Amino acid sequence: MHIPDGFINAGTSLGAAAAAATGLGVAVRKTSAYLEDRQVPLAGLVAAFVFAVQMLNFPVVGGTSGHLLGGVLAAVLVGPWAGAICVAVVLLVQALFADGGITALGLNILNMAIVGSFGGYLLFAGLRGVLPRTVGGVTLAAGVAAGLSVVAAAAAFTIEYAIGGAGGAPIGTVAAAVVGVHTLIGVGEALITGATVGMVLKVRPDLVYGARGLAPEPLLRRGLQSEGAGS
Amino acid sequence: MKSNLRLFILGGLFVAIALALFVSPFASGNPDGLNKVAIDQGFDDTATEHALEDGPLAGYGIRGIDNERMSKGLSGLVGVLVTFGVGMLLFGALRSARARRAPTQVRS
Repeated sequence: MHIPDGFINAGTSLGAAAAAATGLGVAVRKTSAYLEDRQVPLAGLVAAFVFAVQMLNFPVVGGTSGHLLGGVLAAVLVGPWAGAICVAVVLLVQALFADGGITALGLNILNMAIVGSFGGYLLFAGLRGVLPRTVGGVTLAAGVAAGLSVVAAAAAFTIEYAIGGAGGAPIGTVAAAVVGVHTLIGVGEALITGATVGMVLKVRPDLVYGARGLAPEPLLRRGLQSEGAGS
Repeated sequence: MKSNLRLFILGGLFVAIALALFVSPFASGNPDGLNKVAIDQGFDDTATEHALEDGPLAGYGIRGIDNERMSKGLSGLVGVLVTFGVGMLLFGALRSARARRAPTQVRS
């Protein structure tokens, strides 16, 4: 899903960078409004974990591979705002590994951090509303939202390619191929996200941002109150 | 509670490091979804060279280490530690920004 330099023209990349910067600006403001001391190392861990699992390409159909994007995983664990920043940090560090273009950084942050975490968390919140308020319900909501977020990121790439893509490939064919393969990759994203969220819920449910309201817990309530006092 | 959290973070880091170090060398080497589509649709050659293409970690390896699997695993270890460090610094800074705005919340 990492767009290299050259796939998308400069104007479109610049527009995406502006959109990504705006989104990250909101994320920074929101995060600094609610972040608690104990969430600092947790957010660092989430970023490091997403980096590691992004290296684990799994095979999908026909000589293609895919890997976790991690937007929903991060958003469910530390909240959509801090989650988007986690993914952006991963994408930034990956530049050292020449993975994902430098001029395409805005595009990649837009697709994987903003669409992935913000959009994905909206899906997650919607699913949580209709699923049972149990550990299983939260885990299922996280998994399904994660899978759909990969398809959403693929759709975002398709739009970017339609606006400023190089090479002149027919957009209908590109759309079908990109969305098609990322539907399969989304299944992997759903399984990894569900398994990870389920595991953390088993060990430390109080640390899972997306499970607030699941089991009333003193620390969580204090966190919500201080959020109100801080604004 | 405090040490419990520290244990959780250390345990999580241990898992991340183990995945990057020992599992990533055995991950699929096939092109990822986007690259495969670019190849199939004939626009993969529009990719231009990455500014850090010749960097010491380019392509998830450490320059100078010939054993491919060791090179990839160790580059993953570096990546996990750098990402954790950058994240801690950044989120720590965001936390202190909040502490400055709401000074009553920082006393502990």
